Amino acid sequence: MAVPFIEIKNISKKYKSHKQEFEILKNISLEIEKGDIFGIVGFSGAGKSTLIRCINRLETVTSGTIRIGKVEINKLSKKEMNLYRQKIGIIFQHFNLFDSRTVFGNVAFPLEVAKKKKKEINKKVTEILELVGIANKQNFYPEQLSGGQKQRVGIARALANTPDILLSDEATSALDPVTSLSVLDLLKDINKKLKLTIILITHSLDVIKYTCNNMAVLENGVIAEKGKVKDIFENPTSTTAKVFIKNNANLSVTYNRGNVI
Amino acid sequence: MIELCTQIFNKNVWNIIIPATLQTIYMTVTSTILTFFLGLIFGIAMFITNKDGLHPCVIFNRIFGAAINAILSLPSMIIIILVLPISKFIVGVSYGPKACIVALVVVCTPIFSRLVENSIVEVSKGKIEAAKAMGASNINIILKVLLPESLPALIRNFVVLTITLISTTAIAGSLGAGGLGEVAVRFGYNRFRTDILISVILVLLVLVECLQLLGTFISKRILKKRHLI
Ligand SMILES: Nc1ncnc2c1ncn2[C@@H]1O[C@H](COP(=O)(O)OP(=O)(O)O)[C@@H](O)[C@H]1O
Ligand SMILES: [Mg+2]
Repeated sequence: MAVPFIEIKNISKKYKSHKQEFEILKNISLEIEKGDIFGIVGFSGAGKSTLIRCINRLETVTSGTIRIGKVEINKLSKKEMNLYRQKIGIIFQHFNLFDSRTVFGNVAFPLEVAKKKKKEINKKVTEILELVGIANKQNFYPEQLSGGQKQRVGIARALANTPDILLSDEATSALDPVTSLSVLDLLKDINKKLKLTIILITHSLDVIKYTCNNMAVLENGVIAEKGKVKDIFENPTSTTAKVFIKNNANLSVTYNRGNVI
Repeated sequence: MIELCTQIFNKNVWNIIIPATLQTIYMTVTSTILTFFLGLIFGIAMFITNKDGLHPCVIFNRIFGAAINAILSLPSMIIIILVLPISKFIVGVSYGPKACIVALVVVCTPIFSRLVENSIVEVSKGKIEAAKAMGASNINIILKVLLPESLPALIRNFVVLTITLISTTAIAGSLGAGGLGEVAVRFGYNRFRTDILISVILVLLVLVECLQLLGTFISKRILKKRHLI
């Protein structure tokens, strides 16, 4: 069996507060193939964001290892870590765009951080804004954009340094269903075009069903089940997945493209 | 009443007021520049050394925070009296405008540090996290995120700083530093020259009002440009 592109092995994450210790992630192992769209689903507070923050090393795992390609990320020095992070894009639920910068400036930010030349920045930003379909808005400020457009800027910003991996933390949770779909379509599109590995975190099984090939269910910091999306939908074993799929029947209408309106 | 008005706009009064105003402006501008840079550095330092800041350093944060609070809790008059003799070691004199500038910087740097800290605290955690996730160094985050994002608030607080400096200059002036404060005390208070006292007040009001209008104008323009108002 080939070695997976991303290998998360027995990681756990503990927080101490008020002299008490909370284990937010418990002995998690995941393997993710290159070019996959991998979904992680779970209720609020399950530890999804913490897991994603361990992958881009905004958090350090308490134990276990995370390997990406040939790099074991817990062994990176501070300097190497910043270079590593430039190759991991991330998009957020609330976009986190910089209000002081135009659309162009926001997408240029990671390139400035990577110390790219002005000419190269101009070329790259134009190219990416074209790719995500907001080239005509490049001189707008974030506050002038709709939610969907803001997330496109977020995606463009995350792609600026041609990352190996794109992390998505509830990126469509603040958007209406129709806009969500268009953003998910964009993610699928760039996954194909750029052969980008995407890890998509969500509390919605619909999003997973629509977008992902493989998935894991996170329940109170534990992986309750993992496998092919198709298999889990046909035969859910974890409570989370069962609850989701049961409550899903009425919701999924909106996500059935033909019947959006 | 009319008599008082003609007195105020008398040439002799303005022969006293104008040089004093220039002296006040000189002291205010110099101390504003110094306080601006020191306060900016200390304010940012306080922000990033916080427990969950960009570069946590709790000991520094506590000690510095305590020092700032100590100065803030004393009346500025008392600090000036304490600092003026110390100025001798720094600028060689313990009286006049130069010594006054040292005292003003000591009084106002803690205030501006807190104002800077409060301005950048408003930058949402999400933006900082996004910058970190893109591999930005702390310097990058300070220069490209924290300062630009909080610029409108920083400008408003900068105006608060200059206004505070003008009034503190007047207090220092009354303690022998020169400027409008000294004129107000020497003529207005000691010699009952109401006309001069009122002129001083007029000049101070005009200075403060102009600064306030200018600051609000610039801050609003930036917010408008960013479509935040
Ligand atoms: N810095 C932290 N310190 C202590 N507890 C934390 C911290 N960050 C997250 N948690 C806790 O970890 C749990 C999981 O949080 P999170 O990963 O944000 O969940 P999710 O994204 O699945 O909603 C929550 O109970 C939260 O309170
Ligand atoms: Mg979350």
